[in-house]
Amino acid sequence: MATTDIHIHHETEHHDDHDHEHHEGNFWTTYIFSQDHKVIAKQFLITGIFWALLGGTLSVIFRLQLGFPDMNLDWLKPVLGEWITPEGKLDPEFYLALVTMHGTIMVFFVLTAGLSGTFSNFLIPLQIGARDMASGFMNMLSYWFFFLSSVIMFISLFLETGPAGGGWTIYPPLSALPQAIKGSGTGMTLWLVAMALFIVSTLLGGINYITTIINMRTKGMSFTRMPLTIWAFFFTAIIGLLSFPVLFAAALLLIFDRSFGTSFYLSDIFIGGEALPHTGGSPILFQHLFWFLGHPEVYIVLLPALGITSEIIATNSRKPIFGYKAMIGSMLFIAILSFIVWAHHMFVTGMNPFLGSIFMLLTLIIAVPSAVKIFNYVTTLWKGNLIFTPAMLFSIGLVSFFLTGGITGIFLGNSAVDIQLHDTYFVVAHFHLVMGSASFFGMLAGVYHWFPKMFGRMMDNRLGYIHFWVTFVGVYLVFFPMHYIGIAGFPRRYYSWTNFETFSGFADLNTMVSVAAILTLAAQFIFLFNFFYSIFRGKAASANPWNSNTLEWTTPRNPGHGNWVGEIPSVYRWPYDYSKPGAKDDFIPQTVPYSETPESNLPHENELIRLESSGGDGSIIVEGNKH
Amino acid sequence: MASTSTATITDHGKSAWDGGVSPMGASYGKLMMWFFLLSDAFTFSALLITYGLVRSSHNAYEGAVEAFKFSTSYWPIPEKVFEAVPFLEGISLPLVFVGIMTFILIMSSVTMVLAVEAGHRMDRAAVEKWMLWTIVGGLAFLGCQAWEWSHFIHGAHAGDAVAEGTTFFGANLVNNQYGPPDFAAFFFFITGFHGFHVFSGVCFNFLIYYNAVTGVYDRRGHYEMVEKVGLYWHFVDLVWVFVFTFFYLV
Repeated sequence: MATTDIHIHHETEHHDDHDHEHHEGNFWTTYIFSQDHKVIAKQFLITGIFWALLGGTLSVIFRLQLGFPDMNLDWLKPVLGEWITPEGKLDPEFYLALVTMHGTIMVFFVLTAGLSGTFSNFLIPLQIGARDMASGFMNMLSYWFFFLSSVIMFISLFLETGPAGGGWTIYPPLSALPQAIKGSGTGMTLWLVAMALFIVSTLLGGINYITTIINMRTKGMSFTRMPLTIWAFFFTAIIGLLSFPVLFAAALLLIFDRSFGTSFYLSDIFIGGEALPHTGGSPILFQHLFWFLGHPEVYIVLLPALGITSEIIATNSRKPIFGYKAMIGSMLFIAILSFIVWAHHMFVTGMNPFLGSIFMLLTLIIAVPSAVKIFNYVTTLWKGNLIFTPAMLFSIGLVSFFLTGGITGIFLGNSAVDIQLHDTYFVVAHFHLVMGSASFFGMLAGVYHWFPKMFGRMMDNRLGYIHFWVTFVGVYLVFFPMHYIGIAGFPRRYYSWTNFETFSGFADLNTMVSVAAILTLAAQFIFLFNFFYSIFRGKAASANPWNSNTLEWTTPRNPGHGNWVGEIPSVYRWPYDYSKPGAKDDFIPQTVPYSETPESNLPHENELIRLESSGGDGSIIVEGNKH
Repeated sequence: MASTSTATITDHGKSAWDGGVSPMGASYGKLMMWFFLLSDAFTFSALLITYGLVRSSHNAYEGAVEAFKFSTSYWPIPEKVFEAVPFLEGISLPLVFVGIMTFILIMSSVTMVLAVEAGHRMDRAAVEKWMLWTIVGGLAFLGCQAWEWSHFIHGAHAGDAVAEGTTFFGANLVNNQYGPPDFAAFFFFITGFHGFHVFSGVCFNFLIYYNAVTGVYDRRGHYEMVEKVGLYWHFVDLVWVFVFTFFYLV
């Protein structure tokens, strides 16, 4: 208690010094070891952007190899050093490390931590009306575990034997045997350590998100009045909470196989004619454990993006979201299904075909809630007063990718068709569209939309449009041709396709893909410039620049720690009262009671007026009293 | 309002889920503990399912129980492996020692319940007493586990406890005298993982004990921390029931 007292004195002192802003402490406590959810969100965002840039650059390097197999890469020597062979080619083992790290970075560090970490942290307290997360300290720990994990993963890039090279799925036995390839050596060890820390970070964050949403909603913010963003973060956190521990168990067992001689995943292996002593384990077991995380992970990545999109599309269509409850229901259904479809990644592991058909059935059912979501986005857009902000464009882009990539999911989910398509570029095209690009667009949409709330300034729209169109066209140019290459049978992760006469017909297509990839990466620098320039020099934002209903826009332009000056506003209505017939404006914020809008109330809403006045008396039914 | 019918609640009543209150009547800290335990349950489930799958892919012993001999060609009968008790070397007392361990851990859960109950009464002396007993129980369990591991590692020195065709005594992560290598590897891994949980539980319990002694909770006005740590301790106990079932009984 003594520390708390001191803290309060500390605060008041500062208030006397500068009364214009809510200062909490020095540089270190404000920007580095901050417990304010908004600062932590920005830390996640900046780290995520760093990783996205790195992950994107790695992909361009291996696209050079694929698109221009005869190119002399000596000019990359200053950066890559020994990884460029004396003939000026990319080292084949380094190629494997590149795809591995590209996958790991993008899936975990960018689209899990960068997306969920940023927006769950930023939006949950702001949109449900809370001063901060349930535990600011754990929230800070969550970021610093992520940071530590990032540092270790980053260091692994500079090892002499290179970073992990067994693919982002790190299947044993390849990943379990350090003597197998260079990428299974120290790089793999660091990968596992970094992931273990990453999982701790995710759990600390997730537990916080769930608890905050359950316990800290402001008065009137019932679950059915929560913005869909919050619903999405809620489901995401639950999925993460239940799937990441399984990866944790799998990774621990793998660490034991690698370093302590156990045989959990290993059996009957010969390396260079020499028999290894491992017996009794099963590498397929690892795949089951991995994909029990791995498949839910897809939705951990995607759901926040879908939530962000719901919010942005409703706001910028000036219409209520179509099928609010159907949106929640479909997310719930997706969340449940995500746990019982994992083996569709393993159709060709020799599993019982009957089991395969069960997983196929469950997988194809996911198309139903996904289609519900797409229809709801389209029907929300339908006849809306569309405002094409960059955020809106990226959201619509997300819907497009989700549809295009989702349809190929139906091919891949079919256990018979998958035999042809498994591990080809068709798969690469599928998941890069449906989960990679779609989630990435959701993240960009979120940044464009909430930038004014994060930094109190506007991003430049024109640069945003250029960024969107180049990226949107670029993504399709990169991934659409991959469907053809994949159907033709070209396997993913191969260093070189020029060894096979069959595929030489695709040389031009591969070159085009690589050029498009380079252009798409280049377009991201427009965003980077826009982002960092606008933080300092952007046009000052108004309090509610998009005329949005949700609570975060009722805070001051630069909300301090605690978010609202004075009391936290109460909530009286759902967040999607856009263009309500009879209303004066085309939006009614959640904080406006029904008693103030008799002109637009529906009959059942007039009944609710009675409840609005009686806030805070004993009429709340607490769980225990009901029985 | 306690007797309000469901119809009025849905029509125009207010519910605990309308925001502004903790809907489940629990503090955020307690909720966090529950969610962490849910997550940890999945970690243990993954490990135990893995164990089950690997074990079922090995042969089971088919012959008569009396004629059982250790062999790497089938999974051992646990009763034949865990039959030693300290100071009673050479006497076959199947599962007696692990039974004692289990009893100790369950008793420590009982004392934890008493500590939580004392916390509700704000009875500092009783909280201290029962927390201390819980800590003692936890340490006793860890001590027993240390002895059991040590015995498992060094092996029996008498009788016919030698694996077929080898002279390997005891067990490590790569080899063991009792059966297939995975048998010992899983034993070490899962009981070790559980033991680590017990160890951290003892550390938390000590922290709570220390805070109770220094009067932190009296000044705070409630003993909720005891309850939170209690949840964790009961969970660790529950997990042991499963570990015990899968490793020793089945």
